[in-house]
Amino acid sequence: MPIEFKLPEHVENQTNLSKMLAVQVMRKISRHYDEHEHERPWEYINVIWPFMQQIEAADLKRSMRRNGGNGSKPKEGKKRPSTANVRLLHMIEALSWGDAGIYLDTPSSALAGAAINAVGTPEQKERFLKRFTEGEPKWGAMAITEPQAGSDTSAIQATATLDPETNEWVLNGEKIFVTSGSLAGKESPGIIVVWATLDRSLGRAGMRSFVVEAGTPGMTITKQEEKLGIRASDTVSIVFEDCRIPYDNILGSAELVKPDEKKTKGFKGAMKTFDASRPMVAASAVGIARAAFEFTRDKLAEQGITIPEYAPHHQLSAIQCDLIQMEMELKAAWLLTIRSAALMDAKQPNSIEASMCKVKAGKAVTAITQKCVELLGPLGYSREFLVEKWMRDAKINDIFEGTGQINTLIVARRILGYSRRELK
Amino acid sequence: MYSFNKTDEQRMLTDTVNRFATRTMRKVYREAEEGGAIPAEIIDTGWELGLLPASLPEDYGGFGEYSVLNGALYAEELGYGDFAIALEMLRPNQVAIPILLCGTEQQKEQYLPLFCDEEMPKVSAAFLEPTILFDPADLATTAAEEGDNYLLNGKKVMVIDGDEAELLLVYAREESSGQTQAYLVPTDAPGVIIGERDKWMGFHALKTYTVEFENVAVPKHNKLGGEQGIDLHKILNSSRIALASLAVGVARGAYEYALDYAKEREAFGEPIAHRQSIAFMLADMAIEVDAARLMTWEAAWKIDETGAGAHDAFLAHRYAADMALAVTDSAVQILGGHGYVREHPVELWLRNGRGIAVLLGAALV
Ligand SMILES: Cc1cc2nc3c(=O)[nH]c(=O)nc-3n(C[C@H](O)[C@H](O)[C@H](O)COP(=O)(O)OP(=O)(O)OC[C@H]3O[C@@H](n4cnc5c(N)ncnc54)[C@H](O)[C@@H]3O)c2cc1C
Repeated sequence: MPIEFKLPEHVENQTNLSKMLAVQVMRKISRHYDEHEHERPWEYINVIWPFMQQIEAADLKRSMRRNGGNGSKPKEGKKRPSTANVRLLHMIEALSWGDAGIYLDTPSSALAGAAINAVGTPEQKERFLKRFTEGEPKWGAMAITEPQAGSDTSAIQATATLDPETNEWVLNGEKIFVTSGSLAGKESPGIIVVWATLDRSLGRAGMRSFVVEAGTPGMTITKQEEKLGIRASDTVSIVFEDCRIPYDNILGSAELVKPDEKKTKGFKGAMKTFDASRPMVAASAVGIARAAFEFTRDKLAEQGITIPEYAPHHQLSAIQCDLIQMEMELKAAWLLTIRSAALMDAKQPNSIEASMCKVKAGKAVTAITQKCVELLGPLGYSREFLVEKWMRDAKINDIFEGTGQINTLIVARRILGYSRRELK
Repeated sequence: MYSFNKTDEQRMLTDTVNRFATRTMRKVYREAEEGGAIPAEIIDTGWELGLLPASLPEDYGGFGEYSVLNGALYAEELGYGDFAIALEMLRPNQVAIPILLCGTEQQKEQYLPLFCDEEMPKVSAAFLEPTILFDPADLATTAAEEGDNYLLNGKKVMVIDGDEAELLLVYAREESSGQTQAYLVPTDAPGVIIGERDKWMGFHALKTYTVEFENVAVPKHNKLGGEQGIDLHKILNSSRIALASLAVGVARGAYEYALDYAKEREAFGEPIAHRQSIAFMLADMAIEVDAARLMTWEAAWKIDETGAGAHDAFLAHRYAADMALAVTDSAVQILGGHGYVREHPVELWLRNGRGIAVLLGAALV
């Protein structure tokens, strides 16, 4: 494929659908769920669920095919290059333009699904992911963060021990800030992928992820967070107390390897899910930024302040410079994001590109939304408009899925060829 | 589709120019800068690459097809080599591309074969003016109709190799319409006064001149595009892409240099790149270079594909100009005092990087 910047038609059609949903459903309930934290936006959930089932079914089929499972083989020669990631990216961008908090309530296997698709066995995929293609809305969640382990995932304290008598894993520990944790673990028959250590002395090499199904005894939702933004999104703490799960719920191999030996597949697999999820977070950031930018641009246009197609610098007012700055940052972030997803579709490595777009989009959305509040004056700051909400929503994108600094660190290590030890 | 891979031909193009940049331009740029002249053999070698003929159609003696995107690709490599030599290499583009884009059939047939010769043609453009509020759409240089001629009056700067030029493409405000138009002016026409050599902050290796026009009579058929004239913004789009690409090249050079240096240089018992305050600067530089390149490619692709893309090109140029300044400045900062002395190239790249924002019209692809 040569250098090209064209949205394929089928992606455009799907994106238009998301846009419609954003305008006709999400924007109308945006403020309500911002002011009624912990209520669930069923208007949105029920509408999007049928679409998500289709996407989940296609993902599952593709992933089974990779395992050499019972999915049908693609026809020779007729293969169209995959656009799955670019398509998802555009959908997330459009839905986040609608409302980023509500978007996070999308019923789907989410990060849990990504982890299982990346390293799961065909049996696990069937057992855990099939449910997202049928029946009532369900959620997936990923529980890594703990009170004492955020950016530093190697500090995870939660343990998994094997009970040889019952051949079950026994989980103990506390997870915090689990997105959709209550929806996945309590309010629907969903799944949660939980990171725990088999052997603390091994650091990262001792870490594994486990699938815990909703309602498993010993798993308790202990707290619902109250947040700055994305208030429609469900964020909870979960405590595991002798929570027993079947042996086959471990993702990847249970065999432990010393840290100085080859890296274990389990941990690598988990890190790979970040390569897929970071572009999606960046896309959400871009969606919010575009919402704020377009709203501000249009409001200012009503007052006669517009962006010229081109003009020498000295003919631009300060507000026009601000608008142009925002437009540039938005474009830069979006193009970096698209690149990272397109690489994934082309089955090329994208770790550094994924972190690059996450850094850029996290910064851009923060700066753009903050500027929009300022440019719209007292009304920008008012809760009458959504701009102040978008500014509050925006900030999370520079925090979760690796903070801006952590992703910068990843980029830095890559370009310098440094290990964790050389660049802390 | 979204795709970011060069075609085989494009890869060959960039590899060739990259080889010229690293093996030839990089060998001489400092001496050229200090001596105030680019060695003639370097210019000849560069011209032999045939970049311009490769963008001109066969009908006019070339062997390719015009593509702004290809221009962006080779300009980045030239910028990576050296900004001054890059501007010199792009000098014939300043005349050929406006003729290709806006010329009448007769003008194309008459002039374009000039650019497919073995010798680099002695042509240049007169666009920038010595003013602080430069506006390409409202020039101070004027063209007034008088009988069968236009009379040109005004003062231009940044006329590359103005001392040797035989033919100039001069931009002026056409008095009857108030629009910017372009005129092909032989330098031996009465009233063309080649003045002093300009002195710029950067690219000292490049000879550029102030040129004055005093009642220079230009026959009407030398107005580019005939009666209809030019589409100024088509020409400026090409310049925006050229400058943005040069900026990406300059910045990429500075980023790579600073990266290598930071891994070598030790302070407090460790390479300085072991510190986040250095490593994070480098990461941001890498991200910004990529972002500016993607914006430039997107704008160039749009121009080629649809003819639109003026706003994208405007944004790309603006973004790349800011980026080039920030990245070259960071490179100086990472080298510390050593970045401030002329033994290392980064101080020159900072001076050159600053120019991107203000040189609209001075390079075309
Ligand atoms: C709304 C919300 C939803 C979330 N959803 C999930 C979820 O679904 N699943 C999940 O597992 N987690 C989730 N998280 C957790 C999130 O990923 C973490 O908060 C994040 O990784 C940062 O960890 P921390 O909060 O402990 O900050 P810390 O790790 O304590 O970091 C504090 C500050 O120090 C900086 N810092 C840390 N280490 C370095 C370093 N080496 N170099 C430079 N700077 C450094 C950080 O960038 C940050 O600025 C969520 C968080 C929120 C707020």
